[in-house]
Amino acid sequence: MSSTVADALDHHDEHGPAKGIGRWLFSTNHKDIGTMYLVFSLAMFLIGGLMALVIRSELAVPGLQFVHPEVFNQMTTMHALIMVFGAVMPAFVGLANWMIPLMIGAPDMALPRMNNWSFWILPVAFGILLSTLLMPGGAPASGWTMYPPLVLQTGDAFPFLIFSVHLMGLSSIMGAINVIVTIINMRAPDMSLLKMPMFVWTWLITAYLLIAVMPVLAGAVTMLLTDQFFGTSFFLAAGGGDPVMFQHIFWFFGHPEVYIMILPAFGVVSEIIPTFSRKHLFGHDSMVYAASSIAFLSFIVWAHHMFTVGMPLTGQMFFMFATMLIAVPTGVKVFNWVATMWRGAMTFETPMLFSLAFVFLFTIGGFSGLMLAIAPADIQYHDTYFVVAHFHYVLVPGSIFAIMAGAYYWLPKWTGHMYSERLGKLHFWSSTIFVNVTFFPMHFLGLAGMPRRIPDYSTQFTDFNTIASIGAFGFGLSQLIFVWVLVSAWKGQKATDRVWEGSHGLEWTLPSPAPYHSWDTPPKARIANEAFE
Amino acid sequence: MTTHTDEHYYVPHGSYWPVVGSAGLLLLMVGVSTWLNGAGAGFYIMLAGLAVIIFMITGWFGTVIGESQGGLYNDQVDRSFRQGMFWFIFSEVMFFAAFFGALFYARNMAIPWLGGSSNNFFTNLLLWEGFESSWPTNGPGDVGGEFEAMPPFGLPLINTALLLSSSITVTIAHHALLAGRRTQLAMFLGFTFVLGFVFVYLQGVEYVEAYQHMNLKLTSGIYGSTFFMLTGFHGMHVTIGAIMLTIIFFRVLKGHFSREKHFAFEAVAWYWHFVDVVWVGLYVFVYWI
Repeated sequence: MSSTVADALDHHDEHGPAKGIGRWLFSTNHKDIGTMYLVFSLAMFLIGGLMALVIRSELAVPGLQFVHPEVFNQMTTMHALIMVFGAVMPAFVGLANWMIPLMIGAPDMALPRMNNWSFWILPVAFGILLSTLLMPGGAPASGWTMYPPLVLQTGDAFPFLIFSVHLMGLSSIMGAINVIVTIINMRAPDMSLLKMPMFVWTWLITAYLLIAVMPVLAGAVTMLLTDQFFGTSFFLAAGGGDPVMFQHIFWFFGHPEVYIMILPAFGVVSEIIPTFSRKHLFGHDSMVYAASSIAFLSFIVWAHHMFTVGMPLTGQMFFMFATMLIAVPTGVKVFNWVATMWRGAMTFETPMLFSLAFVFLFTIGGFSGLMLAIAPADIQYHDTYFVVAHFHYVLVPGSIFAIMAGAYYWLPKWTGHMYSERLGKLHFWSSTIFVNVTFFPMHFLGLAGMPRRIPDYSTQFTDFNTIASIGAFGFGLSQLIFVWVLVSAWKGQKATDRVWEGSHGLEWTLPSPAPYHSWDTPPKARIANEAFE
Repeated sequence: MTTHTDEHYYVPHGSYWPVVGSAGLLLLMVGVSTWLNGAGAGFYIMLAGLAVIIFMITGWFGTVIGESQGGLYNDQVDRSFRQGMFWFIFSEVMFFAAFFGALFYARNMAIPWLGGSSNNFFTNLLLWEGFESSWPTNGPGDVGGEFEAMPPFGLPLINTALLLSSSITVTIAHHALLAGRRTQLAMFLGFTFVLGFVFVYLQGVEYVEAYQHMNLKLTSGIYGSTFFMLTGFHGMHVTIGAIMLTIIFFRVLKGHFSREKHFAFEAVAWYWHFVDVVWVGLYVFVYWI
């Protein structure tokens, strides 16, 4: 025991990273762990993207050409699981790991060993999930929502699916506990809660949502497992259960999950828009209240995902109105971003371009969400491509664009090098054009009645499907530009400490790249911030 | 040396326990999955995974206890641990909420609907003719055959008394710790974990009774499902809590914990109260009402 303590004290003043693979396997450094999260997320984004291209290839023209319908269903299911749990969520946790301690003046995350474990569970979870592609019966093909009784027809992959979801939940819960404790307990002494940067605020709320709903998902999939293997009747009507009950429990998780994927995105663009407008964020406190309201409402709207499944009329009315209420705080946020830009000295570097596209295109996704919220209308739209268009608008030019914006914005602080602005703009414009070419026609397809999750379709849907498929390949190839931006930034111009002319906050007072250990003694947040006035 | 650590938040430099834990989880999950799919070897892979995880927990906690006793943790680290434990317990509450939710949904929605209430007249007539909504039930298909429901008095009532008194004994132990009365601390901590293990034993007796004499099984429709899943997960948590209490007990005997610094003690006490509160919910909604 005493030797451990002596070792720990000896190493306390050692400031460089460890050598070799051990640096990553055993890391307790928030920057290294943040990097691992981000790299993992990029890898999953590319794998999930390839699956999307399989889907779009099959749908480019009517008829069955490339894959069996079973494989098609496996692709839609795996694409969703990988993008939601493997790409978007870990990317935001990576950004949180890197930026929250720098922004609040903490020496590291509050629980550094657990931080390591949160990350290293993910490769196990996704290793298990991806291995199901090779199993008898193939990968899960029931859709990422795993509705029974369909999901119970999964082959050997079934228990692997359940346990990989358990592991993803475990990782998310531990990551979220770390974020909350870091924010509450590790702030610089003079940084009060309402002085916190918006990114930190949105992550605080997101982490709360994660801890509240990931265990509920764990419970739901546990019931699937026991129904399948141990003879319980949770989702079996003959035994007094109800398959619809799964949908309720799942969406009690699933709807807050949607905000888990968008609130940190709000935080990222709330950092970027003020910087490139050279103003402070308009209505900081109202942004906090809006994000909190969205989080609260997210718990009482879940059944709008199931308007057609059969539910009492009062239920439909309640969930419809509660859902539409979310437009109010979301509107507050959008108007505040616009007001931040109003009369600002704006410039349009790549992070700002992605943020602007986020505001425009996320709002389109928000509006189509409002259309879907109207129960009588949703009965027409339900399970059509309109829904696919809606959630891809909020997730791709929403969450993914915000992640891209954050990556460009903070890359100089992480690496000490500027990326190529020319390549960044190329990446932005090609992504933005192709994302709309891909997903905008899906609105029309949905309104015309094309159902989702089908490998073949009636010939009148051909034109828009072909356009969407062309867009998808364009979008996919555009992401290779991003990979090239990252590689070429290796030799980029040296970044200054503040990096951006209009940036504010503690992270910009640190050198670029940020030293391996930062804020060993807590900074005076107010003094540091006033240096930028 | 102490001033050095008092000023600085202790950030450990590298730890292999998490990766060991991940390897254990991989073995465990692959083992259980292959076993459920019918491969006998999966069972042994699962056991290997469990062994690795137990090894990891012992090693990881051992390291932390060593660091704690070595005075590496200042008050701020202590607060991180406390808040971490609080949020962990909150996540556990939400896990149980899913199963309580299933119970409430089944009783108040699914079963009345199967019985034809609301606008489900034809559901009842065409699919489950003659089924009348009631509780306890194993559903219109009489899944698992006729069974007897677990009565609220008798063993469950004794178990309630045991668990509630264990909550009192752990609080007495806490007060003794704060007042520096070490003998009383050890004694009442001892009472607490003994009460915990007796509870688990009686729960086992109850299960045997249910399976052998009442034909009440996990497979007894929705009643059996919710009864055994809720009480089973609760019992698992009591077992874990009682093991943690036992470890804390031996740490007390070794002279660990001071009046000022005793995070581990409080964490286990919180956990124990959480397990207790869940039981009260179980007793009311699963056994009684």
